[in-house]
Amino acid sequence: MTTLEEKALTSQEVSAELTDVKSRHFEPSGLLNWLTSTDHKMIGKSYLITSFMFMLLGGALALVIRLQLASPNNSLVTLHQYNELFTMHGSIMIYLFVGPFAFGGLANYIVPLQVGAPDMAFPRLNLLSYWLYLSGGLIMVLGFFVTGGAADFGWVAYAPLSNAVNSPGAGPDMWIVALLLTGFSAIFTGVNIIATVFYLRAPGLTMFRLPIFTWNMVVVAILILIAFPVLTSALVMLYADRHFGTHIFEVQGGGVPVLWQNLFWFFGHPEVYILALPFFGVVTEIIPVFSRKPLFGYKGMLFATLAIAALSTGVWAHHMFTTGVVLLPFFSLMTYLISVPTGVKFFNWIATMWRGHIRFDTPMLYAVGFLITFLGGGLSGMLLAAPPLDFFEHDTYFVVAHFHNVVMALFLAAVGALVYWYPKMTGRMMREGIGKISFWFMFIGANVTFIPQYILGLRGMPRRIVTYPPGIGWHFLNELSTIGSFMIAVGALFLVINFWVSWRKPIPAGNDPWDGHTLEWYTTSPPPHHNFDRLPIVRSERPVWDVKYGLEGAAIPGHSNSNPPSSVKDKDHADNAAG
Amino acid sequence: MQQDNMTKPGMRIEALFLLSIALFVAVITVVYWFESYENSGTVMLLAASLLGLVPGTYYYWWSRRMLGRPEDLDQPEPAKKEVVIGAFPNGSIWPFVFAMGCASIALGLVFGLWLLALGVIVVISATAGFTAESRRGGSV
Repeated sequence: MTTLEEKALTSQEVSAELTDVKSRHFEPSGLLNWLTSTDHKMIGKSYLITSFMFMLLGGALALVIRLQLASPNNSLVTLHQYNELFTMHGSIMIYLFVGPFAFGGLANYIVPLQVGAPDMAFPRLNLLSYWLYLSGGLIMVLGFFVTGGAADFGWVAYAPLSNAVNSPGAGPDMWIVALLLTGFSAIFTGVNIIATVFYLRAPGLTMFRLPIFTWNMVVVAILILIAFPVLTSALVMLYADRHFGTHIFEVQGGGVPVLWQNLFWFFGHPEVYILALPFFGVVTEIIPVFSRKPLFGYKGMLFATLAIAALSTGVWAHHMFTTGVVLLPFFSLMTYLISVPTGVKFFNWIATMWRGHIRFDTPMLYAVGFLITFLGGGLSGMLLAAPPLDFFEHDTYFVVAHFHNVVMALFLAAVGALVYWYPKMTGRMMREGIGKISFWFMFIGANVTFIPQYILGLRGMPRRIVTYPPGIGWHFLNELSTIGSFMIAVGALFLVINFWVSWRKPIPAGNDPWDGHTLEWYTTSPPPHHNFDRLPIVRSERPVWDVKYGLEGAAIPGHSNSNPPSSVKDKDHADNAAG
Repeated sequence: MQQDNMTKPGMRIEALFLLSIALFVAVITVVYWFESYENSGTVMLLAASLLGLVPGTYYYWWSRRMLGRPEDLDQPEPAKKEVVIGAFPNGSIWPFVFAMGCASIALGLVFGLWLLALGVIVVISATAGFTAESRRGGSV
């Protein structure tokens, strides 16, 4: 860290370096570039920034929810406002932040670099995806400003609560059309990712040499294509029920309300893995680099991903156990089966770290924080997979704690991904000290927020209640949970401060600040237009490592691979190169 | 090794990947139907299986008729000369215009038909713009 600090440049000097990179290709700047650039890096950054903004908004709504629940008989918000808050918090976080951040932002920026491609396969479709996402997101959020307010039927919009009688007004309609737009955006992005990886890989980069992050994004893209069209069609049916007098989800007209749940969760549970698998990929990139070892069990990790994705298509109705109309043994068994490949992943992550020379730089801290937090969420999910226990815990705060535990783990991995690839995207380093402060606030805050909610659930606190009476054992735990949520907010504030400091007083990153393994670390930081001036011949799943540490045949003409940087000439690398 | 490279089929892993998805979901579909006789879930599973089957069989058909591309080869040779990877367009305003048209259509479904009509006009204009722009091409 000290050496990096000593190398700090002024922002003008770094800007000069960046200008030099940009000068090779004409691109409009500023607003026009944002509107028109088909460069995957620009689009990726647009996704990342936009989804981060949505995260700040969704987080602010969560803080209001936690303030409301901090004390009994609280009246900070009205019942209707509370319904809007939890609906929009969930919708923003799931539909506008976690997913688009991963498959819109990270995948857009990183996948073409990791496969050695000049861009995504369909650059204009890529740009269209972004603008559909942004316009859909804004429409959803603008629901707060119309008569009757935003959607207030929960992020799952169960019928018949979501029909025109129970949820009248423009806000719910805006929610529906917004999801249609963002749904098409996701579908287009999925097609783009698959085409990019299938058709634009570098020579020698066979499918079994792809970085695990890229593999995971391919699998996510397949899941998007399976799941999102179902949601889109369900939304069209819901809109028809609300406006055209159909009764698809209405008992009175011969419809079936539970059909909505079937359709929604056929989207909704693969969606959980659409959100999770990219971040499994992120930690699978981070852990080997910071353990200075190759990934343990590359193919095991890959087939675990495939198994999780495949099984995720057959577990949707475990969200519907209490409806009484689903096949309990089938969905329970399928859900339990998912824990096997997930366990394989945990084993491989830990085995990768085992006897590695671990550097606890900020990205590694976030990766380890992800492992611990996700383990809690995963294990509580095992409890909910058992129908007898699910009947007891359904619609309590236990479920809230479970999925927030999972999503908070993904959030930690998302921040880890930002810190890990930020130097590649900007050519600047983030500050380690501020990054670590940010991590500890978020990690401790996440556990202080959600562990009490498990206990609250077991004590019978239902989800989605606006307040509760005193003297029933819920007050202290809610207070604790609220304190935890503000610790997460402080962590997020430090993250923003870190961005600001790195922007105001940049430290140049160099091309490969973490001693990385995959192709994105072979090009400049930030990469030039169309990414690579030259590529190494790929002979393994760690092509840049091969170039740096001398795997025979990995070098390209004119590029020496016999002289690794002095900072990384140590025993670890000799061991790894030999092994 | 060079001989292996020359005869190795292309796109084989991609095809098997998609066909594996189709096969797995097909098995699940059959089990689910005979255990539950529930319509909606069975149809969705069947559609998911077809989603893997249709492109998977297409890729498999091609993989039996094409030699390995450089990215399919374990030991590719360095390129002797610069090659064109594909056509990549420069910046374009039309995706933005198209998306704004779609947003207008979406808002028209909520607030009134005039917005919907405006959206349709914008989308048609953007499609024409896309098409005209595509004729100019580009390559890397």
